[in-house]
Amino acid sequence: MPDVDPTDLKAFAEAADAWFRENVVRDPGFMLPLTFMEVGADQQFHFLRDWQNKVYEAGYLGAAWPKEYGGGGLPQAFQTEATKAMRRHGGPIFLNAIGLNWTGPLLLDMGTEAQRAKYLKGILSAEDIWCQGFSEPDNGSDLGNAQTRAVRDGDHYLVNGSKIWTTLGKYARYMILLARTRADTSRKYDGLTFFLAPMKVDGVETQPIKKLTGEHGFTQTFFRDAHIPADEMVGVEGGGWKVAMRTLEYERGARGGQAGGYVSVGSNAWDVLDLARRMQRGGKPALEDPAMRAKMVEFMIEIQSNALCAQRTGFTPLNTDHPTGLALSSKLMHTEFARRINEFAISLTGPSGAYYVGDENAVDDGWWTRSYLNAFSATIGGGTSQIQRNIVGEHVLGLPKS
Amino acid sequence: MQDLGRLGFSEDQATLLDVATSFCSDKSPMAKVRRLIEDETGHDPDVWREIVELGWLGIAIPEDHGGAGLGLAEVVPVMEQMGRHMLAGPFYSTTLAAQALLAGGTEDQKRILLPRLAGGATATLALCEANDDWDLGNIASTATRTSNGTLRLSGVKRLVCDASAATHIIASVLFEGRPALVAFERASLPREALRREVIIDETKRSYSLTLDGLEAPADGLLDPDRAEAALRHIHLAANLLAAAEMCGGTQAVIDDTVDYLKTRVQFGKLIGSYQALKHPIVDAYIGYEQARSHLYSAAHCFNEQGVGEIATRMAKAQADTAISFATDRAIQFHGGFGFTYDCDAQLYRRRAIWHASQYGDAAYHKARLTDLLL
Repeated sequence: MPDVDPTDLKAFAEAADAWFRENVVRDPGFMLPLTFMEVGADQQFHFLRDWQNKVYEAGYLGAAWPKEYGGGGLPQAFQTEATKAMRRHGGPIFLNAIGLNWTGPLLLDMGTEAQRAKYLKGILSAEDIWCQGFSEPDNGSDLGNAQTRAVRDGDHYLVNGSKIWTTLGKYARYMILLARTRADTSRKYDGLTFFLAPMKVDGVETQPIKKLTGEHGFTQTFFRDAHIPADEMVGVEGGGWKVAMRTLEYERGARGGQAGGYVSVGSNAWDVLDLARRMQRGGKPALEDPAMRAKMVEFMIEIQSNALCAQRTGFTPLNTDHPTGLALSSKLMHTEFARRINEFAISLTGPSGAYYVGDENAVDDGWWTRSYLNAFSATIGGGTSQIQRNIVGEHVLGLPKS
Repeated sequence: MQDLGRLGFSEDQATLLDVATSFCSDKSPMAKVRRLIEDETGHDPDVWREIVELGWLGIAIPEDHGGAGLGLAEVVPVMEQMGRHMLAGPFYSTTLAAQALLAGGTEDQKRILLPRLAGGATATLALCEANDDWDLGNIASTATRTSNGTLRLSGVKRLVCDASAATHIIASVLFEGRPALVAFERASLPREALRREVIIDETKRSYSLTLDGLEAPADGLLDPDRAEAALRHIHLAANLLAAAEMCGGTQAVIDDTVDYLKTRVQFGKLIGSYQALKHPIVDAYIGYEQARSHLYSAAHCFNEQGVGEIATRMAKAQADTAISFATDRAIQFHGGFGFTYDCDAQLYRRRAIWHASQYGDAAYHKARLTDLLL
């Protein structure tokens, strides 16, 4: 890791700040997705792909990835500053989340030289959109039971089966795919293999799924004798479960190496506070209602809890008893908070809580209700909150498996 | 966006956390905590001497008054580890009394008393009265000047911690119609002035103090112009250190309960494998981690105008929420054993009730925060 020159870092941070101030488009004239899981229209997709590409070309994404694979070759502190500047100026999300946050760090840690050379730059530039194929219609939380089959056939594998909740499935060029290469192992986990699967090939078909919000965003992906070249796997045949678990650690923030930026924006307590000032109760701002005040302050304490816990991961002496505790708990903390604060916001809007996206009377274009419904994508996806409690209970507190 | 505080952690804090973690673990095993409950003084004088030698009483006292010149931020890790192991003694009381002198004492009082406190003389504050009010400015006791210049005190103070161990007591009174603080020596108290109270936390010692008939020395009055500011400072300092002791206790009760869930078998399975027990203990654990993050943020920001108060009230509110939930569930999850006196869960639950009752519980601090933030 190269040393950080504070003067260089400061200059970089100032340049990033100026660049995002200049280049962020807050309102392109249509509704932007709150998270990478909600890219439902071509208009949104193209806008966000161009945005990610533009940030990458400017040097503010992948700044800490190695130069030889298209990164900036700088210490992590530089990317952190760029991300802060992007957030400060309200930059739109990056849509290539699976690539930036999962596949990229995984390949940097465990990929072959050829895989890194082939994939990493396209992830950063958003030329190659990635999706993830873990969950199946019959196996959601029970990932280890995945049944999509991959059978070796000469220099490739033949894949048959189906994956579900494929975010960006319609647009993706590649999928990280967990498939069963053997059905006869004594432990179900030992029959799984982790592939880098091409999507734009014969035998791969995607069907859009309409979400509870009424929008599209996910697909179901069907494999019918689809070909994957035999060398497009991470780890070894039968070692896919370990790789998948490692990938989830990147997702949950328990392991670093992500390219930078962010892939979702949420309602925060300050926006809700502003809403509470605009809405009315008895002819006065809702914020003057004692019941609303009491709830509001609890949300502000909680958002501060989450912010402080994130800061605390950087202070090793304060994390000696459970070194992974904060990281493994953070998904649960953040996603459940997001769900509940949006629910509270709907309550603040009073009778207008009945409106939804598309009606001119909807408060803030229906943002709060849509955010509440979309919040379930995070409390369910990536391991439900109930599974998260098992993970924290078993891996942090050492409780026996359920 | 309003600044709600942020985390920081100094080398000194890290060193003290390290030392306090092993010291408190060594000196205060649960068998000893239980033994000291039966002891009239409630603490081990040998351990107290070692604490004095470690210099912990002087951590937040300036160097020119015989201390280490650090701040309450550095007292926090010590207090946290004491709470984790329920190490008993007049550390909290004496540290707060020193804070009262620093915030409101005259130069002479600071010059004379602070080096004594840093060197192991014990002291306590007498602030609470029969009005059941957490507002420290709500005072009925009085001090009046006598013709020879001494201060004649009257009234009754309650919940005076460690009073029988203290050499110095600082009481809040009304003086010329305004809140004031008066320092005097315990030795000057009339017989029968102290009555030991029956309190929920049996590891602590608390007394009612009858001031009637007591004459404090002429120079016992703390600076009257700074009395209100001193009471505000004491309120926040007391809450910060209470939050530390509570966080330590929360950690301990969760560890204790998790151990039980890993060893107790029912219906042929370790009970920790049941999600009805596993999931709530995870919620308790997350509440603890959040409380600890707030604690060290409050410690770091304590001296900042405005932010210090916000962070401290959040820390106490979150500590109360966390320890109340964790200790309540700890009793429940120990099943029949949890209902017995022998189960340590009750010690922590009682500790939580004590701290909620002193200087404001979660609901009280949240109400203050609505005024500060909304």
